[in-house]
Amino acid sequence: MHKKISEYIIETCIKLSGLIVILFVVSIFLFLLKDSLSLFGVYSVRDFLFGKNWLPISEPPKFGLIPLFLGSLYVTIGAIAICVPLGVGSAMYIAEVAPSYLKHVLKSLVEILAAIPSVVLGFIGIVWMGPFLRKALHLNTGMCGLTGSLLLAFMALPTVISISEDAVIGVPKTFKEAAFGLGATRWQALWRIVLPSASSGIIAAVMLGIGRVIGETMVVMMVTGNSPVIPTSLLQPLRTMTATIAGEMGETVSGSEHYFALFAVGLILFIITFIINFIADICLRRARK
Amino acid sequence: MNAAKTREKVAFIVLGLITLLVVIPILLTILYVVKNGAGAISWGFLTESPRNGMKEGGIFPAIVGTIILIIGTMLFSLPLGILSAIYLVEYAKDNLFTRLIKLSVVNLSGIPSIVYGLFGFTLFVVFLHFGTSILAGSLTLAIMSLPVIITATKEALESVPFSFREISLSLGASRWQTVRYCVLPYAIPGILTGTVLSLSRAAGETAPILFTVAAFYLPRLPRSVFDQVMALPYHLYVISTQVPNMPLKLSFATGLVLIALVFLMNLVSIILRAHYRKKKQW
Repeated sequence: MHKKISEYIIETCIKLSGLIVILFVVSIFLFLLKDSLSLFGVYSVRDFLFGKNWLPISEPPKFGLIPLFLGSLYVTIGAIAICVPLGVGSAMYIAEVAPSYLKHVLKSLVEILAAIPSVVLGFIGIVWMGPFLRKALHLNTGMCGLTGSLLLAFMALPTVISISEDAVIGVPKTFKEAAFGLGATRWQALWRIVLPSASSGIIAAVMLGIGRVIGETMVVMMVTGNSPVIPTSLLQPLRTMTATIAGEMGETVSGSEHYFALFAVGLILFIITFIINFIADICLRRARK
Repeated sequence: MNAAKTREKVAFIVLGLITLLVVIPILLTILYVVKNGAGAISWGFLTESPRNGMKEGGIFPAIVGTIILIIGTMLFSLPLGILSAIYLVEYAKDNLFTRLIKLSVVNLSGIPSIVYGLFGFTLFVVFLHFGTSILAGSLTLAIMSLPVIITATKEALESVPFSFREISLSLGASRWQTVRYCVLPYAIPGILTGTVLSLSRAAGETAPILFTVAAFYLPRLPRSVFDQVMALPYHLYVISTQVPNMPLKLSFATGLVLIALVFLMNLVSIILRAHYRKKKQW
């Protein structure tokens, strides 16, 4: 009888823990929504979403999302443009070209990169990459969007590489063998047969890479110059949504408009990453079939 | 045919060069930090408190703070993560509830760390009145590391052959007995590997602890779970952006200690994996 009761308790815990995971997502959404709605009580949604100025301490304050959104968008586009060719290319090399001893070395190196904390990369951006780019490109300041994009591309590489590699490896061997049978070289088989067959997985890799870049906070806060104006190029200082929350939260008064505005930015980030991850998940499931 | 062969050669060389372009910066990054930081690391640096506006002395409170946060995170995320993975693999039927859990796990893994920071602040610090504290920070980091632990545990459970369960059930064991004695023991190594890995991520995170636990400067050890602590990643952020005329040597050394701590945890997980893989007999 005693055994039955303990078993009942543990099985209840197991079921509850599944429920708790759902509750976390729902409560994250609801808490962000609750505080965002407090902003929208006094500040119009329209001015927030389409406002061109983020001036939280001016009188009256302006909480226009556009400069921050464009800051995130610019940095993300820059990072992905660098990261995807490098990531997919090296995934192809690791999966199909490298001899097996080299494969292990390369994969461990990528794992090492994944383990480096972002704040360390941000620090390297401040002491080395920023000054280096300033000199090399004759900029006014090295603390700009490009520095952020480069470091974020570097950070997103492990995600893109490991998922694209899985996708390339997951293509059935028979596809390649059929191509070889028709006289294709290894490259032709890889480029014309394997890569197109792995496309769902690679799209998932790119989506997850975007999610990683858009949500990264410390690197962009440390190296992109923290200037909440509408950016016209990656070579000037800008500020992303994540860096705005991290940088301004400490200065706000709890319960002020500014405080609620930061939660509204958080809500937007939550929704964007939700959509990105949802798409990536669909692609991954398609790839597995 | 020859043209195709040449093209193959060129293509493979290009792919190789791309890979070099990825790998070399990784090595350079590590070397750069080690070269500039190793000189400043001494016994005193590791065991003393920061002095003189953090421009002198060591980083002892930050090291202790980070270790406390790792332990706190594990206490919350490990049981919850393992239990929910057991639910997904061993108990769940393919229904809406199960699909919702899976969707939630995917979604949790994609939420930006700063959004976890906001959530932790509004729920634990403000709503539940924990204040900026070890408790609030650990809980925030725990929720953030849940998806990795769940995914790793799921994979570990799924890798245990189905026949183990069939035999146990056919001998009259209950479902929980089967899980407890015939599945979990064989999944432990996979679970540990994933857990250590996710904790090493949590140890390096800055954004979630910014408003939930991290102290700018607190040269004493915490007395209760409601105290703030310094933490290595936040300390590195502070000294590299907020402290003017900071000796770079000390910043590099702090970065090096942080990297070393995270690598050490990764190494532990790799060794665990290798150790148990040898013992596996099916």
